[in-house]
Amino acid sequence: MSLHTLTIHELRRKLRLGEVSAREATQALLDRIQAVDGNIQAYLWLNREDALSQAAAIDRSGDAKKGKPLAGVPIAIKDVINVEGQPCTCASKILAGYTSVYDAFVTQRLREAGAVLLGRTNMDEFAMGSSTENSSWGRTKNPWDFGRIPGGSSGGSAAAVAADEAIAALGSDTGGSIRQPAAVCGCVGLKPTYGRVSRYGLVAFASSLDQIGPITKDVTDAAILLQVLAGHDASDSTSVAQPVPDYPAALGGEIKGLRIGLPKEYFIEGMDPEVEAAVRGAIQTLQGLGAEIVEISLPHTDYAVAVYYLIATAEASANLARFDGVRYGLRVAGRDPIEMYGKTRGAGFGPEVKRRIILGTYALSAGYYDAYYLRAQKVRTLIRRDFERAFETCDVIVTPTTPTAAFRFGEKTEDPLQMYLSDIFTISVNLAGNCGVSVPCGFTRNPKLPIGLQILGKPFDEETVLRAANTYEQATEWHKQRPLG
Amino acid sequence: MELGADEMAKMSAQLKDILSYVAKLNELDVSNVEPTAHATPLVNVLRKDEVRPSIETERILKNAPDSARDLFIVPKIIE
Repeated sequence: MSLHTLTIHELRRKLRLGEVSAREATQALLDRIQAVDGNIQAYLWLNREDALSQAAAIDRSGDAKKGKPLAGVPIAIKDVINVEGQPCTCASKILAGYTSVYDAFVTQRLREAGAVLLGRTNMDEFAMGSSTENSSWGRTKNPWDFGRIPGGSSGGSAAAVAADEAIAALGSDTGGSIRQPAAVCGCVGLKPTYGRVSRYGLVAFASSLDQIGPITKDVTDAAILLQVLAGHDASDSTSVAQPVPDYPAALGGEIKGLRIGLPKEYFIEGMDPEVEAAVRGAIQTLQGLGAEIVEISLPHTDYAVAVYYLIATAEASANLARFDGVRYGLRVAGRDPIEMYGKTRGAGFGPEVKRRIILGTYALSAGYYDAYYLRAQKVRTLIRRDFERAFETCDVIVTPTTPTAAFRFGEKTEDPLQMYLSDIFTISVNLAGNCGVSVPCGFTRNPKLPIGLQILGKPFDEETVLRAANTYEQATEWHKQRPLG
Repeated sequence: MELGADEMAKMSAQLKDILSYVAKLNELDVSNVEPTAHATPLVNVLRKDEVRPSIETERILKNAPDSARDLFIVPKIIE
């Protein structure tokens, strides 16, 4: 039996019925990783021994039969979320050798739910990138085509799920870093509303945008994981004390009369024809299921990338000031502290991180603050209002997740601006704070590469987004296709 | 943050491109728009200022590049 191919809900059923043990499931995943990760390289570090003993402990406890939501389910974690006793490098040389001294809020939630923590997945350094090519530790391959990127920044998590090297994974999304890799690897990726999931223990990139969320094989699993992750946490001052609904229960029912907004700014001339055809096909399917289509406008869409790259870099320049060689991570010696900081940061950070620190510092500097950072924050208000207005006439918004399917390695590394523009459909929603999911909606023909459909919702309305995504998924077969044998 | 000469040259050109791209924000009139700092309705989340247990010093110092007697060691600051 190939346990590694199962979803959370499928494996959970077997564990509850006692058909398999957590130890067998964990061993199956470790065997799968052993067999394919030499090629994919989704993992940076594997929790081999400890994962098996966690699984054995779960078997002894009988937690699966007691109905613990993730008892015995092996899950991978992006290398930016702290797990006590495990390395946490953010795929950066500056954190080589760092061992987490505490659990992130979400890690604690996973442990309480009985999950087996499999290991650390690759990513763009400090979550800055769209292809995972900015990792200091090497390339993760797209399981559908080893010559192509797995997306980013949560590329390792998406590739691990797509290649059946984890039952599910956690990622983080600042401008699309969950949804974009999920789309190009053929997975489901959910970015919760800003404030829905605590970031305590997530290494901060852009604090007004970062959210943690699940990358899974189907929408049911995304709902199951969100149920475990969501909730108020006093350790994150941006965590909102909004009641947590029953997400898996919200999947049922129909979407008759659901108003789906299509933003005209997202369906533009020059769009990749195969992406457009897949998304148009998905819209027809949704219509066939009873949804109503409403044309809407998000007039400031064209400014989102510019706003994002000023706000995200400004916040990053402040957040990454802590990596100075004093308290943890790399230290390159200097005659005085200033020289030590300079040498440490010069040697420890990769080119994209440096570029963003410089851009962000510039945008915040005296004399340029008003022209760049403050102006970007004002345009952010306009983008937020666009969404507020649009959601007066629709319940969800549907768009492509990405402008193209997975691109080739090296295709955009020399031109950072082109790389930034590949996030054009996912960035706005982080600026506005709303939630969104990407679900598989088709494939390109030659080569065969997954295409993602993005469904965006109102703040704290993950239920409607998940229900629309699930209803679509259940009417299609895209999510059942797997890349490797 | 030290940069090599090559890095400096390459990055100057790239940052120039990016700055000219973000200049498109000047097309908009934002004179009557309030800035958005974050997307939650929360303001001034406060808690009581009280001493609580935290992570033990020895465990934190395990990740330190250089330490002694519960302290981080750094190069000399004052002559």
